[in-house]
Amino acid sequence: MTALAPALPLRDSRTMLRRNVRRMLRYPSLTVLLVGMPVVFLLLFVYVFGGTLGSGLPGSAAGLTGRAAYANYVVPGILLMTVAGAVQGTAISIAMDMTEGIVARFRTMSISRTAVLTGHVIGSLLQVFVGLAVVTAVALAVGFRPTAGVLGWLGAIGILALAGLAMIWLAVALGLKAKSVETASNTPMFLILLPFLSSGFVPTDSMPTVLRWFAEYQPFTPVIETLRTFLTGTAPAGATGWLALGWCVVIAGAGFAWSRRLYERASIRHHG
Amino acid sequence: MSATRPEAVLATGLRKSFGTEVVLDGIDLAVPAGSVFALLGPNGAGKTTTVHILTTLLAADGGTVRIAGHDLATDPDAARRAIGVTGQFSAVDNLLTGEENLRLMADLLHLDRADGRRRTAALLEQFDLVDAAAKAPSAYSGGMRRKLDLAMTLMGDPAVIFLDEPTTGLDPRTRRMMWDVVRDLAAGGVTIFLTTQYLDEADELADRIAVLDRGRIVAEGTSAELKRMIPGGHIEVRFTGRAAFDTAARTFSRARRDDDTLTLQIPADGGVRSLRAVLDGLDAAHVEADELTVHRPDLDDVFLSLTGRPRPAAEAQQKELVR
Repeated sequence: MTALAPALPLRDSRTMLRRNVRRMLRYPSLTVLLVGMPVVFLLLFVYVFGGTLGSGLPGSAAGLTGRAAYANYVVPGILLMTVAGAVQGTAISIAMDMTEGIVARFRTMSISRTAVLTGHVIGSLLQVFVGLAVVTAVALAVGFRPTAGVLGWLGAIGILALAGLAMIWLAVALGLKAKSVETASNTPMFLILLPFLSSGFVPTDSMPTVLRWFAEYQPFTPVIETLRTFLTGTAPAGATGWLALGWCVVIAGAGFAWSRRLYERASIRHHG
Repeated sequence: MSATRPEAVLATGLRKSFGTEVVLDGIDLAVPAGSVFALLGPNGAGKTTTVHILTTLLAADGGTVRIAGHDLATDPDAARRAIGVTGQFSAVDNLLTGEENLRLMADLLHLDRADGRRRTAALLEQFDLVDAAAKAPSAYSGGMRRKLDLAMTLMGDPAVIFLDEPTTGLDPRTRRMMWDVVRDLAAGGVTIFLTTQYLDEADELADRIAVLDRGRIVAEGTSAELKRMIPGGHIEVRFTGRAAFDTAARTFSRARRDDDTLTLQIPADGGVRSLRAVLDGLDAAHVEADELTVHRPDLDDVFLSLTGRPRPAAEAQQKELVR
């Protein structure tokens, strides 16, 4: 009866994905919390700061002004923040897995070495898109008016998926690296802060020199600009789009390689 | 059956250090297929590290391991297909139900659906977990978690099972149940490699016992062979008064006396008959004992006699106090 089949990466990854989705459904408070955070920021920025910030914008394509213009401006940044928030959950669930004995059990079984991580990654990507759908719905309700056609939406989904994969693999590595679940919930926090120091909330021209330099060269800015172009822009993304693509591929690749190495080495906690 | 039984576990010259701390200092192990082998030792002796290496969780710094004929260095996946592991720390998914945990194992072992469902039902039945099948393990007692853990290990019908301190922290009833499971598995021809800090557990279950101390095997043999190396048990009697102590000491001339604590250690095998003999002797001499302790040979005695020093952490005392 013992299964003699060799490790089947696809089948094992599917099994692990099913496990992770089940865990998310069993423990929905984390998902609710992670999706709730960007919604709160969206409402805060549109209704509290939006009127003033919108008047300072250089002018919008749709001829919107004030709060309406700002709602259109801030949504791409909020969507990226949604992704950054959701991957905190990835790091937490990876760390939970590693502190419980179950992963040690998986490692003594003949299953595909990456299936455990792949299951987490695909599960997290699903969670990211659930979050993005909720945030987009709220954004439309508070005055977000995208001008994208079918291709624009496909492009937006594509860049969000890529940015999602990049941040998820990074969070997987941070989760594996963390010694405890608490550490794992703190280390990816910088990902939530980075959109503030980009072109997500205000144009970079309005920032002091040092900050502006940082904002223009950090990866969130090209990703947010590309997303903005897809959703509300008129011109194609061009060079910024390629830069965004490059950043995502590099970060995803580095996160993947780092995660694999940590997973192979990380084993059991040493209990003396 | 061929005349020469293949070794289910064969390790030679295993070494492992964590930083400057040498945990395993060149150990050899040979476990014939179908036998029960116990690795006996105190906390920190290197038992868990040994299990981690034998089950592919940890790479050794030196030495070779063959599990069911497969070299861990060249074909770890073949070895993984032959083994089942239940570690010291429970390896169940706390957010899935008991049944889902078992089904997860079936899926990872690539059993087909019907087969997986049938095995799951059979294991829930076998381990008395049918009522708890739909509950998450976080609602289980320690004993139930251990049972679920073991059931998950058995899903794939492994040929070699590793049990790292399978009964540590369990109540006596669950401990008995674990022992029965081990005996059933052994009767079914499964090879069992278990670690324990209890001599009586090794005694009850194992065909052969190896004693591990500070990363070295200090003795190996059958339970009877090991016990012959250990001095026998005794009954310890403590007195409140010097007069009673002296009288009793004269009655039990073979006893070892400790004048400071007013205690006598009377050699005895720990059985009821020897206990009665001591009580009768005390009665006949008209002396009243303050406290009486039956002391059977335990890991402390093994250690003292094999290494010439007491066991590092003597928390596993097996004394029954009769007041």
